[in-house]
Amino acid sequence: MNNATYLSFLEIAAGLVILCAIVTLWRRSLRAIVRALAVQGMALGVVALVLGLHRHDVVLVVVGCLVVGAKGFFIPTLVKRVLANEPMSRETSPLVNVPASLVGAGALTFLAYGATRPVVALVSTSAGRLIPLGFATLLIGFFSMVVRRKAASQIVGLLLVDNGIALVAFLATAGVPLLVELGASLDVLLVVVVLRVLAVQLWSKFAVLDLDDLQELHD
Amino acid sequence: MLAFILLLVPLVTGCVAAAVGWRRWVGWLCTASLGFVLVTGVVLATLVVHRPALSEFSGALRVDALSAFMVIVIGAIGLLAVCQSVRYLEHEISSGHSSTRRATLYAVLVQGFITTMLLAVVAGNVGVMWVAVEATTIITTFLVGYRRTRGALEASWKYVIICSVGIALAFLGTVLVYLAALHAGHGAHASLEWTSLMSVAHHLDPGVMRLALALLVLGYGTKVGLAPMHSWLPDAHSQAPAPVSALMSGVLLTVAFYVLLRFKAIADGALGVGFSRTLFVTAGLLSLAVAASLLLSQRDYKRMLAYHSVEHMGLIALGAAAGTPLAIAAVLLHVLGHGIAKAVLFLAAGEILLVEGTTEIDQVKALLARRPALGGVFAFGLVALLGLPPFSLFVSELNMLRAEVNVGLGWVAAVSLVLMAVIFGSVMSHGRHMLFGARPDGEPVQKSPSLVTVPLIGALVGCGAIGVLAWPLDSLLRAAAMVVVK
Repeated sequence: MNNATYLSFLEIAAGLVILCAIVTLWRRSLRAIVRALAVQGMALGVVALVLGLHRHDVVLVVVGCLVVGAKGFFIPTLVKRVLANEPMSRETSPLVNVPASLVGAGALTFLAYGATRPVVALVSTSAGRLIPLGFATLLIGFFSMVVRRKAASQIVGLLLVDNGIALVAFLATAGVPLLVELGASLDVLLVVVVLRVLAVQLWSKFAVLDLDDLQELHD
Repeated sequence: MLAFILLLVPLVTGCVAAAVGWRRWVGWLCTASLGFVLVTGVVLATLVVHRPALSEFSGALRVDALSAFMVIVIGAIGLLAVCQSVRYLEHEISSGHSSTRRATLYAVLVQGFITTMLLAVVAGNVGVMWVAVEATTIITTFLVGYRRTRGALEASWKYVIICSVGIALAFLGTVLVYLAALHAGHGAHASLEWTSLMSVAHHLDPGVMRLALALLVLGYGTKVGLAPMHSWLPDAHSQAPAPVSALMSGVLLTVAFYVLLRFKAIADGALGVGFSRTLFVTAGLLSLAVAASLLLSQRDYKRMLAYHSVEHMGLIALGAAAGTPLAIAAVLLHVLGHGIAKAVLFLAAGEILLVEGTTEIDQVKALLARRPALGGVFAFGLVALLGLPPFSLFVSELNMLRAEVNVGLGWVAAVSLVLMAVIFGSVMSHGRHMLFGARPDGEPVQKSPSLVTVPLIGALVGCGAIGVLAWPLDSLLRAAAMVVVK
């Protein structure tokens, strides 16, 4: 793969990651949001694949394939299962409306570019220039966890945070040591499984899936 | 091999519990495994206190004085909590709230919880530390939700969501530290081993390290229960079974803080102490302020204890901000003293909930007159936790404040004293309400089971003894502080 194709592949994939993050803010149907999440997971896997092929790093290629499988297919399927219990699969009452959220996402992207200047300067490769996109995805995930009410939206926010961090990790260091990388990926999987178990219990016993209903504990 | 066996024993005990199911003797076997952890901690401490760190499996496991001290903390508080779990589970089963199968799950999860905490403190690699701390979140989620009431499930939902975001930020911080190490001259040989990171600390890129440390303080700070990411803590600690609350409040918080201390040492090498001081002072004072404002009007005694943990985590953050050897030794003594006192109080609170059937402060009256043993334990626990002599928290709080004044953080010490006074006043008034008063006519004085009171009294005596006699912890605390102070 020559340098120009490598870079344009990388740019498209990384661009797709943040685009999908913005789509999750824009769409209100939770099904569409989960679809965007699946595309984002695949794009993230492609980033690792392209980097691995470019560096002739077999481990990274394998990690890329695993990421496509886990974040592109398995986790979105699990999240979809959480939705299956919910009668209203639409985010009905976000705290911030869609246009304002999109403006917020723009502001967060600027913030990400500002905050990561030392990181980009240190990495100084062409792949390194894309690191702010990972930070922006992370911040958008944070933002959406704060402004969205549905249990499923919170899981989506958590996954956005995690995908953003994975993008930074791939671009900055071509993956931290494998053991840690695998620990981190396995962890997200487990967290989603745990959340699904909790959501099922909350729904089946107490008919709760809207976080506004989670008001029992307070001061 | 000692560190490896240390991890193996609680794990194997957990497997035995899974294989044979809950029995009374399984509970005592689990207790014995924690006794083994405590003894091993003491042995490790004597091995490393004046000598270089033990390293096993080419550095994958590494025990220095700081790790050994944390093993002792986990062993001591774990022993207390696991032996009280026997009484808790038997009561739950006999009252029909729980089945033998669920009790087995509880025992297995607690053993797993202990093992992952031990792994976090003996791992030589900061990546493995991260994996271990994250594993504690996943395991304890099911323990927090053990009772499966609506409140318990709500608490575990918040717990897992907030802590997962926090721990994800800590992962990003770890990645950035790795990135800085990659570019610090050693190139391809960079690793996440704590010792190798310490050896290149002076060459790490300051800009990247600033961002990394901020993310690490925010991320691990979530697990420590430092404001502004503390909001899971009062819910989880008030809803979990009492022995689990004791473990979480007494040790889990400080295990996360231990990891933070390791990273602070690396960042101080790269940046000097100024930057980490600012971060820790901000987090510490914010935590104290949050605890002070929410303790004033608290109506639930388990939540009162939980907010009290936020206060103490704030205090140790301030001690770490001072960062001198004296300060870090005081921080570590506080970790042990707070762990014991808080575990005793949560276990006593669990017993109060069991016999009184409420967690409302207003509904509990005249404990000292009605249940002298239990009330006495609760009263002395509060005295210890509020930092009154002879308990060790008095010594450690005094030394932390002194260290803060010595490094020019006098204003921080002054502000924290004011906030501590507010907290002291509100906890005293809540405690007075629960403890004092006359026994209603016709109600007999009720005894508490000695299985509950004897271990708790023993722990309080231990906490007092540490406060009065500096020996034998003194040299270990100094050695442990020198690990992270250069």
